[in-house]
Amino acid sequence: MKQHMRAWLGTGVVVASAGLVLAGCSGTGGGGTSPSPTAGELTASSDPLTVMIGSSGDAETKAVTDAVAAWSSSSGTKATVVAATNLQQQLSQGFAAGSPPDLFYLGSDAIAGYAGNGSLKAYGDMLSNQSDFYPSLVQNFTFDGTFYCAPKDFSTLQLVINTELWSAAGLTDADVPTSWDDLASVAKKLTSGTTKGLVFNGEYARLGVFMAQAGGVLLTPDGKAEANSDANVEALTYVQDHLKDGSFAYAADVGAGWGGEAFGKQLGAMTIEGNWITGAMTADYPTIKYEVVELPKGPAGAGTLQFTNCWGMAADSPNQQAALDLVEYLTTSKQQLAFSKAFGPMPSVQSAAGEWKTENPALVAFLAGADYAQGVPTQAGASDVIAAFNTQLETLKTSDPKTILDKVQSNLEALK
Amino acid sequence: MSATASQAKPSAREATRHPAGIRKGERLAGWLFVLPVILILGVFLFIPVLMALWVSFSDWSGRGSPLAPGVGFIGLENYADITTGGGLAESNFGTSLRNNAWYVILVVPLQTALSLLLAVLVSRQILRGRGFFRTAFYFPSVTSSVAITVLWLFLFSTTGVVNQIIAWFGATGPNWFNEPRGLVHLALEGVGVTTPPPALTAGGFLGITWWDWIAGPSVAMFALILMAIFTTSGTFMLLFMAAIQSIDPSLAEAAMVDGANAWQRFWRVTLPQLRPALFTVLTLGLIGCWQVFDQIYTGTQGAPGNTTLTPAYLSYQAGFQDQKWGDGAAIAFILFLIIIAFTLLQRWVLRDKPVSRRRMRAYLPGRVTPGEAPTGAATQGEAAPAASAESKKGAAS
Repeated sequence: MKQHMRAWLGTGVVVASAGLVLAGCSGTGGGGTSPSPTAGELTASSDPLTVMIGSSGDAETKAVTDAVAAWSSSSGTKATVVAATNLQQQLSQGFAAGSPPDLFYLGSDAIAGYAGNGSLKAYGDMLSNQSDFYPSLVQNFTFDGTFYCAPKDFSTLQLVINTELWSAAGLTDADVPTSWDDLASVAKKLTSGTTKGLVFNGEYARLGVFMAQAGGVLLTPDGKAEANSDANVEALTYVQDHLKDGSFAYAADVGAGWGGEAFGKQLGAMTIEGNWITGAMTADYPTIKYEVVELPKGPAGAGTLQFTNCWGMAADSPNQQAALDLVEYLTTSKQQLAFSKAFGPMPSVQSAAGEWKTENPALVAFLAGADYAQGVPTQAGASDVIAAFNTQLETLKTSDPKTILDKVQSNLEALK
Repeated sequence: MSATASQAKPSAREATRHPAGIRKGERLAGWLFVLPVILILGVFLFIPVLMALWVSFSDWSGRGSPLAPGVGFIGLENYADITTGGGLAESNFGTSLRNNAWYVILVVPLQTALSLLLAVLVSRQILRGRGFFRTAFYFPSVTSSVAITVLWLFLFSTTGVVNQIIAWFGATGPNWFNEPRGLVHLALEGVGVTTPPPALTAGGFLGITWWDWIAGPSVAMFALILMAIFTTSGTFMLLFMAAIQSIDPSLAEAAMVDGANAWQRFWRVTLPQLRPALFTVLTLGLIGCWQVFDQIYTGTQGAPGNTTLTPAYLSYQAGFQDQKWGDGAAIAFILFLIIIAFTLLQRWVLRDKPVSRRRMRAYLPGRVTPGEAPTGAATQGEAAPAASAESKKGAAS
């Protein structure tokens, strides 16, 4: 009995002291009261800036570091660039600790999560070059009607063709597909041996182009779920037919990690990818000759998906004034063209388009897509729904498209 | 234990009973000695666990401290979200539990059996080059799991080594890490059951139909199961080897005198004495299997078709990617309860039971069970000590 009492007392002491330490934690962590993310005021101080990037490699890290250093020496505000090894994890740690980087790369799929919990500063409307960004990109970074952050760069998906296999199959420039039927027939002609006609990743981020070409969307711009529309069913049925007849294939099913790898290994004569494929081709498959053309038009005309990142700004940043200045510097037409030369991204501002096209004549199709590209849904929870959708798409060959899309529809409707 | 405790008790009555206080300083010294460990465990283990527990009951969104004033207590809402919410959160959690349950069902028995077998094999005196085999079997355990995962991705790729070996036999290997179909479903397909019976698709648990619960591990998960068995058997072999070496060889000799063959000696003499080691191995195996994370994080990230999603990875994903920290913490605590429940269950199964009547029959005088002992006389005379040795050992553990 006595011992029991003492054990309880001991536990009580431990719990009480733990409580004290916990209280200590709250004292230090919760001290930062920051302005609400939509309030117009920017914080200003002489604090140095930290810029966290998820770099694709040394070329990108160097280019961004150099650009930030150049801004730093002209503005007088110190700034350092940190290349994250796992950007999302490091950002989460920064936000939780109350000391996030001031500026960071932010994907359109992550914006809902961070904007929702108030981690982001919405500075879009304060940008002096706001009107220069492509409107569809601005739409991508608009959450709850507020334009949050400046698009950093973007890419659309287009059709990449292996020119040697193309001419070996007796095809000429005149055969470049402009309709779904054209695409099916050239894919069939290009399929031989281990090479499939068209290979792409089995996920919404690729199959979505067919849905866009059929006139379908997952969510309308005003947030209404339209996943199981006839257009989407038609698109998935088209893909399913050609997965079945063997002229289309998923990258995973031919033993490749992604469309670019399948294309480089000639497991596919065509693929659907964004401009990042050019880097992979130069680095890993320099002997493959290819050209990029616009995707064929579907029943509802041209359509593709676009992917983009923005320069996220932390609501807890003590020097947002300087951070905004740095973003404006980094998104100028001149600076974006320099980035483009260094590591290949496509400028997010319209004023850079002309010069970019003359510098990259082979990649014009990617930029042309900006006129008709759809963004990937960015609503809170949408990325989970898309992940579940991708799971279903993996087995599209043997499942019913309408059933898959009905499931997506009910998941999307459950978001509200 | 109790004697020391009552001596240490600083009540006035006992203080007068021990006026010299020769052990007076001991209590303080004791606390001083354990203080560093208490502090380290407290700061890095106990407090974080308490904070995570709080997060699982709060609406903390990942910004600032979870103990900041703006964070509210929302009771069991996070738990409800993943267990009865009816949405993706629930079905993802159900899927992850399904996957991990199959992983545990296959990995724990197989790795225990394999490590025991290896331990018995390398403990045999007549084996040449025992040192080599011990090192070889232990090697996968000391290799980083990330390195082995990458190796596994290569071995089991569509055109990888494993499929090439399968091709020598004229068969076509599966598309290992891209094959979401479950083994049980595939086996049922093999015997002609392609459409599930309506009874199994009508109901379900945690957003997953019964038909999907019995799907079995996917082919991709099976590759990971093979990897887990491959990497952990060496560690557990070491535990079994240590236990085998501590068994008094005279017991085996006595059994030999009794005429027990090698098989009987293993089951009746060696294995009962390995019970503490078995408990350790099964417990460590269960805990490790329910917490499988690094293979998923570096290898498959839940693909294909969410069939390699595990609760530990789902918890990470919910927090770090979706900013649903409450859900992530709730998943972690449900996982904690599952592990505790399984450990208790297994403690209960492996408890010391009185020798069953069926087993006792072998030792009772005047009865000869066929196949149990060659001659009745030897059994009557010598089996009793062996039986008592077994029960004595049982009492000691």
